[in-house]
Amino acid sequence: MSDTVEHVDHAVDIDRHVRIYITVFVALMALTIITVAISRLHLPVPIAVTVALLVATVKGTLVACYFMHLISEKKLIYAVLGVTVAFFVVLLALPVLTTSNGYWIH
Amino acid sequence: MDIPYTVEVRQDTGLINGKIGIWLFLASEVMLFGALFASYILIRTGSQSWPRGDTILNVPLATINTIVLITSSVTMVMAWASLMRRRFETFRLYMGGTILLGLVFLIIKFFEYSHKFETGLYPSTNNFLAIYFTLTGLHGLHVIGGMAVNAYFWGPGAKLWKTNPEWFTNRVEHSGLFWHFVDLVWIFLFPTLYLL
Amino acid sequence: MSTEPAAHHGAHVTHEVHHEELGFLWKYVFSTDHKVIGIQYAITALVFLFFGFSLMMLMRWQLAYPGAALPLIGGLLGDSRMPGGTMLPEFYNELGAMHGTIMVFLGVVPLAVGGFGNFVLPLQIGAPDMAFPRLNMLSYWSFFLGGVTMLASFFVPGGAAQSGWTSYAPLSIIAGTGQTWWLIGMIFLITSSLLGAINFITTTIQLRAKGLSFMRFPFFVWAQFVTAFLLLLAFPPLEAASVMQLMDRVAGTSFFLPSGLVVSGQALTNAGGGNPLLWQHLFWFLAHPEVYVLILPAMGIVAEIIANNTRKPLWGYRSMVYSLVFLGFMSFIVWAHHMFMTGMGTAMAAFFQTTTMIISIPSVVILTALIISLWGGSIRFNTPMLFATAFLPMFGIGGLTGLPLGLNVTDIPLHDTYYVIGHFHYVVAPGTILALFAGIYYWFPKATGRKMNETLGKIHFWGSFVCMNVIFMPMFWLGMAGVSRRLYDGGASYNFAQPVMHLHVISSWGAWIMAIFQLAFIFNFFWSIWKGAKTSDNPWDATTIEWAAPSPPPHGNFIHLPQAYRGPYEYSVPGATRDFVPQCEA
Repeated sequence: MSDTVEHVDHAVDIDRHVRIYITVFVALMALTIITVAISRLHLPVPIAVTVALLVATVKGTLVACYFMHLISEKKLIYAVLGVTVAFFVVLLALPVLTTSNGYWIH
Repeated sequence: MDIPYTVEVRQDTGLINGKIGIWLFLASEVMLFGALFASYILIRTGSQSWPRGDTILNVPLATINTIVLITSSVTMVMAWASLMRRRFETFRLYMGGTILLGLVFLIIKFFEYSHKFETGLYPSTNNFLAIYFTLTGLHGLHVIGGMAVNAYFWGPGAKLWKTNPEWFTNRVEHSGLFWHFVDLVWIFLFPTLYLL
Repeated sequence: MSTEPAAHHGAHVTHEVHHEELGFLWKYVFSTDHKVIGIQYAITALVFLFFGFSLMMLMRWQLAYPGAALPLIGGLLGDSRMPGGTMLPEFYNELGAMHGTIMVFLGVVPLAVGGFGNFVLPLQIGAPDMAFPRLNMLSYWSFFLGGVTMLASFFVPGGAAQSGWTSYAPLSIIAGTGQTWWLIGMIFLITSSLLGAINFITTTIQLRAKGLSFMRFPFFVWAQFVTAFLLLLAFPPLEAASVMQLMDRVAGTSFFLPSGLVVSGQALTNAGGGNPLLWQHLFWFLAHPEVYVLILPAMGIVAEIIANNTRKPLWGYRSMVYSLVFLGFMSFIVWAHHMFMTGMGTAMAAFFQTTTMIISIPSVVILTALIISLWGGSIRFNTPMLFATAFLPMFGIGGLTGLPLGLNVTDIPLHDTYYVIGHFHYVVAPGTILALFAGIYYWFPKATGRKMNETLGKIHFWGSFVCMNVIFMPMFWLGMAGVSRRLYDGGASYNFAQPVMHLHVISSWGAWIMAIFQLAFIFNFFWSIWKGAKTSDNPWDATTIEWAAPSPPPHGNFIHLPQAYRGPYEYSVPGATRDFVPQCEA
């Protein structure tokens, strides 16, 4: 998206991107309101956690894919991030699994 | 002596050096905040009781902050888009907006923190507050860092636009990636600490 | 070691090139040239290595002759540390914690990665410099600041950190001020490594020469590349943990402090509810990949020197590369084998035992390939080759002794004993450090245009090699006899340990004699910089690209950026006019 090709060719591309940015912005606002609204229901903790993290993941994915242009990034970046996500999951999951509390959250 | 692929992409990777550099840095940041989230999980599952976020923290203020940060992400990417459209003044408008929204975020955070301290709630009070202050504090430091870089590109760094517009656009894009990441962390921080 | 700016052509020029003469400060102190930075790292690291070694020599007096007054030096260290020349237990702990910290974080890694990686990597891939030269300069100075912080900590009230290099909570939380300095120092050092890792990875991917595909990389490049990923992804959790420990110490939080702690009869006033094991998880999440950071560059160095001095290609290059990548990945999921005795459930213990056993496989593949690479070679036993070949059995012993530690049942009697100390020192001292010496002798001519003296080199080698074994071999017996590590008197106050106490004396004399042999190296190193025999650009008749640059290379490294035409180890190619064909020769 930032090579030495003439910027004139990119102008049309950018217009399409800007439309996407606005759409994503609206979606993010809606999801923010939804997640706060759901939290007022005071659902049981396991369900509350799952729903909240699901919504956050959707929001995060939108930011990553569209604002950070990940949806059209190169394979190398995907590879680096894939490895990182794998180790991120390991770091979050394994320590708590070594404890006897590791199967539920209160 | 010039370093190749600072501005023009390398054919087989399709990338410039700075793009790889910033994503690698963000990968390390994922692990940094990951460690704090892992700590949150271990401490919370290991404690007898854990307060629901809204019983201690100010959800309305944090919701506003969430909206502020998401909006600043939009202005950030619009700043870059303006450069791609070769509209330098529009870039300055959007980048200025991004910095201002960052400042709003920090001011709201300042009010949050001072209210906590006034009511005798400190990091040392309990582990909920300890992890709250540490997570949001580290996040806040990243907001400050991002604002500093953005301010540099809005101000003194902007003269690069005249001599090397492509390189300037790329650098703005990269600092934008950092800013979006800061927004991304908050998107997870907010429900974790405030809503659960 | 001059790096005069030279007119440089061949790179893509998209902005102005400037050739102004840089002032002394910008050319040598805040240089952005990877070669200068590499040498800065190397010299600083060597100074720290010798300092860390000196700390150990002091410890060894106490271990060999517990409670005895140390002649001469004992009187110099003051009453708060060595009243009447006899070592206080607190001082022993200070020495132990700082010896480990300095050797790992200020000595070995900065030399192996900061020194060798910075100097050799861009040359070996045919690049003009690192991708981010100014970031590189910042990395070095961040390391330097971290080192100064660590050294300064010796002078604060209470002395330097003394809770082990592992800084386990809750001891580290209630420890004196030195521990806070340790944490701050670590944050500088971690930042340095992170920035360096970003540079190494980007440079390797983007600035490699035309024709230099990944499977044509010298093994050294692969080793540095994987190491950089380990640093990038494993260090941040320790940085986070250090911040949390700082908060516990300074802001009164209880991340790592459980409830109900009583220290010297006084209950702690912290809120409690924290978890000491959290510190262990975050620490070892870094520290296990860290041990591969310690060994991988060494394997890279040894591989280069073996290929060069057997005059044949490495055997099993492909399997070595796959093993390296697999090892790097696995290194992130074995860490809790350092925590088998912390009461984790049997399922997770079995998981970590399994991954630990699996990770030994790629190490064995790499070691075996290097050994087989010797077979049928026309071996030249110059000083680098002596060090490189000695690495092989030493790493073998280190690796094999790791197996009973990685199996959780046999770990029960061996955990936290001298057996562990013997194991990891075999890998890092007769292992990595011998390889680092090999690298210094090998690449010295590239950096200076002169060779180090061979006779002094051989004396240095035999002395170090024999003494290292004398120091560390007895430790396995001490450990199997049940002597715990980190005892300020080496176990002398325990009846069961009496039959093996004499082993400490053997180790200590090994250490003190080894110090004398290092003088041969120190003298040789500095004398050769000015008086060493001048050499050609490629005195070892080596194939890899760094040898195509002048010795020493100018700013920008190559007059014309090279291109790779073949693999990295085209030695003894049938039909060729010489017994080697350089990688970048058309």
